[in-house]
Amino acid sequence: MLRRKQIEEGVFKTLAALATYLIIAVLLFLIVVIFKQGYRALDWDMITKVPQGGYYFGGEGGILNAIIGSFYLALGATGLAFIIGLPVALFMNVFLIRHRFWLNRIRFFLDVLWGVPSIVYGAFGFTLMLFLGLRASLLAGILTVTLLIVPIMIRSIDEVLRTVPKGLLESAYALGSTRTEIAFKVFFRQALPGIVTAILLSFGRGIGDAASVLFTAGYTDYIPTSLSQPAATLPLAIFFQLSSPIPAVQERAYASAVVLTLFILIISLLARLLSSKYKEHTIK
Amino acid sequence: MSGSIIRIQNLNVSHKGIPILKDINLTISRNKVTVILGPSGCGKTTLLKCMNRLIDIYNGLDISGQIHLDGEEILNRKNDLTRIRQKMGLLSQRPYPLPMSIFDNVAYGLKIQGVRNRTELADRVEYYLKQVNLWPEVVDRLKSPASRLSIGQQQRLCLARGLAVEPEIILADEPTSALDPLSSTCIEEQFMKLKEQYTILIVTHIMRQARRLADHVIFIYLGEIIEQGPPAEIFDNPQHPTTKEYLRVGH
Ligand SMILES: Nc1ncnc2c1ncn2[C@@H]1O[C@H](COP(=O)(O)OP(=O)(O)OP(=O)(O)O)[C@@H](O)[C@H]1O
Ligand SMILES: [Mg+2]
Repeated sequence: MLRRKQIEEGVFKTLAALATYLIIAVLLFLIVVIFKQGYRALDWDMITKVPQGGYYFGGEGGILNAIIGSFYLALGATGLAFIIGLPVALFMNVFLIRHRFWLNRIRFFLDVLWGVPSIVYGAFGFTLMLFLGLRASLLAGILTVTLLIVPIMIRSIDEVLRTVPKGLLESAYALGSTRTEIAFKVFFRQALPGIVTAILLSFGRGIGDAASVLFTAGYTDYIPTSLSQPAATLPLAIFFQLSSPIPAVQERAYASAVVLTLFILIISLLARLLSSKYKEHTIK
Repeated sequence: MSGSIIRIQNLNVSHKGIPILKDINLTISRNKVTVILGPSGCGKTTLLKCMNRLIDIYNGLDISGQIHLDGEEILNRKNDLTRIRQKMGLLSQRPYPLPMSIFDNVAYGLKIQGVRNRTELADRVEYYLKQVNLWPEVVDRLKSPASRLSIGQQQRLCLARGLAVEPEIILADEPTSALDPLSSTCIEEQFMKLKEQYTILIVTHIMRQARRLADHVIFIYLGEIIEQGPPAEIFDNPQHPTTKEYLRVGH
């Protein structure tokens, strides 16, 4: 009997370890391949200059336009999504908590939205844009990406808020807090580390998505200076350069992919660091 | 002042038709310690939660009856919940400090009351931390997170936090069940001291603690009060067979 348990343990341990290492290996492989294809094109010009004449045929310049464009876009969209998402998630957990029926439906609905492919948001954003009389621009891109990441933002904050211990709420209510005070002084502070993670998760999704900005943000060689101008984005920069028949330009596509990957890596690290920084007040 | 402070009449609580508390009628005397005894799941915590209407935050609990505090009907929907809840300090089974600094934990309820003056806040925080004997341990780290305190210290912090809003009644739900004997004794001594000024309702499973603290004992079984009286009567001469059995095993 004991022997069987030991074998069982052993098998599961090996399987779990195997799966873990496999994931890490695939990830490393991916990074190595992209890096290997792109490192020759990766230089200082690449990340500090906008495309010069003939850039897409192997000419001088870089992708600063796409780096800045993506950054503006993701920042704007994340900001908007947070402004919308935080109150909604707080409302769900503080005011709707006794209405299980509605809460379950809202959660289901948001999960469906989370799962909708981004090209659908792209198409919707495009329609919306025409309806509002906007041109492909930073603003239209921001609005579309906001739609894309709002469900992610709400549901990830919501999941964090759900883990706030009931006893903590009871204590806070017992002290005479109103529900608004509970929302902003207890829920918010208790969930702060998780909220930071939710923000950066949404940011990462927003910066990496190509399909939603394809028709809405446009593309340009310049750094946008206002919301009504079109904006280049990293995913599209990769797409356009990779479609080129010229090997040197394809290399640049990989280099752009390296930049985007680094961006996301930094965001993930930041998420880790920040959320552990805010963890000290959290009550377990 | 003496006499009764809380009068509960025909209190019924049920969940989806299943009764949790049945027809509770109870009078609680001012500045006395009332100990609530009873086996697990009999509704002791629920009874406490009715008093400060914490029961409101739960789904699907039906409540009927009356609870008068100083002649005012607590269960009246129109009442200001903040004011009612601040008449009572709650100490729960496990301490839950708020996710903020030690200082802010005690200042929290005061700020809700509208105390803004910094020196007044500081004075009152100090006063209540001293009252629960926590001051010397935390005086040099008032700004650090309350989550870093030990469980025993957290429970005393929660007591100070509750006292700071100047309640009339202290509701304590097995306040020492998560604590080591030394911290338990410490909390118990606080209660001995506090009973001069406050009305205390305490739920406990520890018979010796009940004996030491009680002025009045209530025994609940399956949602009903089956016996109550002064500790001498309940402990030495219980009438109801369930009480007898419970006390015999509990010793
Ligand atoms: N929010 C709730 N929803 C549904 N049922 C509940 C709720 N709270 C309590 N109950 C039920 O009410 C009964 C009494 O619970 P309560 O917590 O008051 O018991 P207790 O006497 O405090 O027990 P213990 O000594 O274990 O703490 C239990 O059967 C419990 O399942
Ligand atoms: Mg209980």
